[in-house]
Amino acid sequence: MSDFFLTAVLTLDASVRVCVPLIFAAMAGLFAERSGVVDIGLEGKLLMSAFVAASAASVFGSPWLGLIAGMFASTVLAMIHGFASITYKGNQIVSGVAINILASGLTMILTLAWFKRGGITPTLQGDERFLSITLPGVDIIDHIPFLGVIYRELISGHNILVYLAFAIVPVVWWVVFRTRFGLQLRAVGENPKAVDTAGLSVEGLRYKALLIGGILCGIGGAYLSTAYNAQFTKEMTAGGGFIALAALIFGKWHPYRVLAACFLFAFLQALAIRLQGVIIPGIGEIPVQLIDATPYILTIILLAGFIGKAVPPKASAQPYIKEL
Amino acid sequence: MKNTKHFGGIIKKSALAIIATAVVLTASIAQAEIKPAVVYDTAGKNDKSFNEAVFNGITKFMNDTGIAVTELEPTNEAMMEQSLKKFAQRGYSPVVAVGFTMANAVAAAAAEYPDTQFTIIDGVVDAPNVQNVVFKEHEGSFLVGVMAAMASSTGTVGFVGGMDIPLISRFECGYKQGVAHQDSSMNVLAQMTGSTPAAWGNPSKGGEITRNQVENGADVVFAAAGGTGMGVYQTAADMGVLAIGVDSNQNYIQPGTMLTSMYKKVGLAAYQSFEAAMNGTWSAGFTVNGVAEDGVGAAMDEYNADLVSAEMMASVEAARAGIVDGSIVVHDYMSDNTCPL
Repeated sequence: MSDFFLTAVLTLDASVRVCVPLIFAAMAGLFAERSGVVDIGLEGKLLMSAFVAASAASVFGSPWLGLIAGMFASTVLAMIHGFASITYKGNQIVSGVAINILASGLTMILTLAWFKRGGITPTLQGDERFLSITLPGVDIIDHIPFLGVIYRELISGHNILVYLAFAIVPVVWWVVFRTRFGLQLRAVGENPKAVDTAGLSVEGLRYKALLIGGILCGIGGAYLSTAYNAQFTKEMTAGGGFIALAALIFGKWHPYRVLAACFLFAFLQALAIRLQGVIIPGIGEIPVQLIDATPYILTIILLAGFIGKAVPPKASAQPYIKEL
Repeated sequence: MKNTKHFGGIIKKSALAIIATAVVLTASIAQAEIKPAVVYDTAGKNDKSFNEAVFNGITKFMNDTGIAVTELEPTNEAMMEQSLKKFAQRGYSPVVAVGFTMANAVAAAAAEYPDTQFTIIDGVVDAPNVQNVVFKEHEGSFLVGVMAAMASSTGTVGFVGGMDIPLISRFECGYKQGVAHQDSSMNVLAQMTGSTPAAWGNPSKGGEITRNQVENGADVVFAAAGGTGMGVYQTAADMGVLAIGVDSNQNYIQPGTMLTSMYKKVGLAAYQSFEAAMNGTWSAGFTVNGVAEDGVGAAMDEYNADLVSAEMMASVEAARAGIVDGSIVVHDYMSDNTCPL
């Protein structure tokens, strides 16, 4: 029993680590899509930020400088997306795909050119990366059965960006649903014309949403290369940006539901690792590929209307053209 | 009129001279002059791994023979086929392609230019003008398996594969046999990262798999997973267990926690291919490099000297000798897609 309990806690612990970049990317996407800009470029922004953060952390020897550089790089890409799709009213999907391709090619070429290590940046040593933090009181609580294990394995021992990811979700909720800016943001995604008539700048609001998204994505990318891992490697996001997008739809553009979706998808990944090759009595071996594909399958089922309904913001993917 | 005649004479003379030069040139080409080229894979020639080993082999060839080798580093997979064809079109031969990701490109180029000699390192292309340089990864993995079994104090070791393909199962199976050869009571936890090419570049997942294996008792983890391996080595270092590198000597990546690396001597393979072409002994078909040819083995250097005991060295040496003299036969997973363990 206690063996099973420990395994369960360790699986949840793995889910926590896996879901961090998904949370940052999904929250970034939430801001963009709530303002009416579809952000398929989350993957590219994560990747670019992961590369820039790892490079800066390695060159300057500080993960904090890496984080700032990563946030900056991701924001630059977000602004390019905004420039093409808000200012010039281009197709948001095309612009987002272009961001992904740009990030994929540019990170590869720059890593090869700058570091000459075949697509990886130098390994970050010691405190060049975000190290895990042991929370106070682990020794005391450790003696309590069950609770001790949960506190030691699940809650303590993560790096600061993990705690930040979970702390940021209520903040996002508060900003989107309890502030004036949030109200304007939601309005511009539903009915930009009404916002325009009220004398607010549709373009300005959408740019602000993308700016916040860029910063959040930047933290997610920096987590991948300077906290979770210790260097950038080619295509290291491995589709995380797309899973975040799926989580955003699955969570119906609501921060807490999106968090739950991110955690569910991360849990499935952690479970897939543990179920590989395990034979379950009566069922046999579970194909890992099926578990890996589950996030996408669930999202498709949701979109097809089998589990509730996912209704995106009404003005989503539509550039706003002012009538004169 | 006189002028024209004189002019005609000049043309005749120069035509003769051109023919003569051409004959001389052809003769010299037939003797030994080769025009070799190499196409690396997308990691580039300074990848501190596979491609760099080939680059070093080629540099040695250039220094030894004075023959220039033309190099090309494609930046994406679409460029591979184009660059191979371009070299063939310009008369380069042999053209060496590095890595199994080039197999499709080599097959296409070889079909279009049947007179060009192609050599693919670590890949298999069935064509009359392609030389396949392959390695007995199972034998090298066997040797590092022996070391892993000796270095482990928990009785459990791990294996992290990249994409779930028969080639990686060959590493896994050889490793398992090596571990069992040393100590049949050992437990091997073996997992693959995924079933798509993304599995070669997912260090986060590699790290999670390693963590899971360590939590289940593994204290030595062998990664045959490309870029995913970076996450394996990092997690092993973070959790204080040992890791084993692959393809080239990767001991330097995490000094102090890399037990060894299962190297493949790809540089030597490239050198030998050019040398054979120069001597006229180049032939299509298979060139197999195993432990006996020193094509694969366990890497030793200053980074892992403190981790490897004299007993380990002796056991590895005994296993190596056994494989060479045939008293130890390492089963090749790819021969029948099964692992007899």
